[in-house]
Amino acid sequence: MSELNNLTIAEARDALRKGETSATDLTMACLTAIDAADGLNAFVHKTPTLALDQARAADARLKAGEAPAMCGIPLGIKDLFCTKGVPSQAASNILAGFKPEYESTVTAKLFDAGAVMLGKLNMDEFAMGSSNETSCYGNAVNPWRRQGSNVALTPGGSSGGSAAAVAADLCLAATGTDTGGSIRQPAAFTGITGIKPTYGRVSRWGIVAFASSLDQAGPMTKTVRDAAIMLQAMSGHDPKDSTSADLAVPDFEAALTGDIRGKKIGIPREYRMDGMPEEIEKLWADGTAMMKDAGAEIVDISLPHTKYALPAYYVVAPAEASSNLARYDGVRYGHRAKLAQGDGITEMYEKTRAEGFGHEVQRRVMIGTYVLSAGFYDAYYNRARKVRALIKRDFETVFADGIDAILTPATPSAAFGLGEMADADPVAMYLNDVFTVTVNLAGLPGVAVPAGLDAQGLPLGLQLIGRPWEEGDLLNHAYVLERAAGFVSKPGKWW
Amino acid sequence: MSIDKDTARKVAHLARIAVREEDLPALAGELSAVLAFMEQLNEVDVTGVEPMTSVTPMRLKRRVDEVTDGGIQAQVLKNAPDAREGFFAVPKVVE
Repeated sequence: MSELNNLTIAEARDALRKGETSATDLTMACLTAIDAADGLNAFVHKTPTLALDQARAADARLKAGEAPAMCGIPLGIKDLFCTKGVPSQAASNILAGFKPEYESTVTAKLFDAGAVMLGKLNMDEFAMGSSNETSCYGNAVNPWRRQGSNVALTPGGSSGGSAAAVAADLCLAATGTDTGGSIRQPAAFTGITGIKPTYGRVSRWGIVAFASSLDQAGPMTKTVRDAAIMLQAMSGHDPKDSTSADLAVPDFEAALTGDIRGKKIGIPREYRMDGMPEEIEKLWADGTAMMKDAGAEIVDISLPHTKYALPAYYVVAPAEASSNLARYDGVRYGHRAKLAQGDGITEMYEKTRAEGFGHEVQRRVMIGTYVLSAGFYDAYYNRARKVRALIKRDFETVFADGIDAILTPATPSAAFGLGEMADADPVAMYLNDVFTVTVNLAGLPGVAVPAGLDAQGLPLGLQLIGRPWEEGDLLNHAYVLERAAGFVSKPGKWW
Repeated sequence: MSIDKDTARKVAHLARIAVREEDLPALAGELSAVLAFMEQLNEVDVTGVEPMTSVTPMRLKRRVDEVTDGGIQAQVLKNAPDAREGFFAVPKVVE
């Protein structure tokens, strides 16, 4: 067997059940890899003691023969998830020192299934960013580099630490969250798989809120099969999240038949953007050909409101963020500014939030405040909600016409250099989410699958979008694409 | 819609974020750029469209209005920057 930390979830599960390895050995291998990878800045709070305690408990369950699929699997957890007694800061200084007294539903479900937490993972502050450059912990670094270059690249964002950790084999898989593309874009930038489930499939309880009508958690994994296994463990109704769906969770792994004959794959013409790099065009065409070769019917479709998705998103998401982030007031948890003589409660709020929030978070909170303020609510917020309804209707129309899945590029480019976008207009950074954000607005499931390398040797991903609640069918399409693309490249170890 | 310095000051105050006077012009510029990007939404004909309120058409679940938790004062106060005598402490609010 190769190094244990290189295993997939499915491989580790089978080896554990056969007694060929132990959860403790797996966990030790990951902890060693993590300690040797500080240069990636992926793990920002390490929890080795907790991990080894959980691993020993998992070994006992395995021995007793009552081990679910995730039992003994070492994971990284995005810093956005509240984990009891472990720092949970959403990569923000305003939550410095915060140790939750409770466990998020997702991590509780994973731990109940026997999973092991290795530590907390870097991310953009409050999940606001596409490059992991807004983190209070500093940048996470992509394990991939351009051929013949040692320029540090972004692992994408906001789940940049999760993507870097999985791509570098520091853990078998990681949790991510996706509000506008924050699972799928970093997955594409690092050559891994990431799925954002249907809104409501996974409980949001205990996950630090960014934009409540868009946020969904999902797995970031080395393979599509792993995504199916881990999503299964994360999903399900939760009375503590009123938007969580009271629907049965099907067996996602069983849906991976590899047979998509007769399925209809939509290719949306509006996703062919002006100035799209030729390599992305080619990747998309190649992916289309692979689906066709697998027996699917390719259909040219139209999603006419696509170009309005980003502007609608940048009204709705900051509006919800400004409400959600109002709770960070220096009273109940986290940072409180030192006050000057005579400062009252308003100065306490204003100084605390100015010190605690980074620049991008401040900007988005203020944009949200503005679009919700008296006189502008209808012009911006209500109009954006109407446009959102039209974007959702576009998808409903093509699904009603018999489309089973939609194939698009995952990102408009490969990973870019850290700092490369520093002087760009914020809107230029927002364009990273151009192919993914529609899916959040419509509440649909979407998965990014690694499909090739660009001329500089960097991974590129394709996205598949599925019908609501049909994650199993969507993952089966992704499985076919994964097998046809045969993406097996790994970043060369430099860290 | 372009945001001037006075509007930026007002928005910052509404958001309860202290912004230094000398930083207001740059902030106004950034906010204006993002708002200009949003102006594209005005091209869309939204006549007769109902604003989207929920992602999936399902009735919000209801539960019995009863106490389900409590008696955890110490845990609630555990992360407070300043807690005294079982309360959150803040600067004087009422004269």
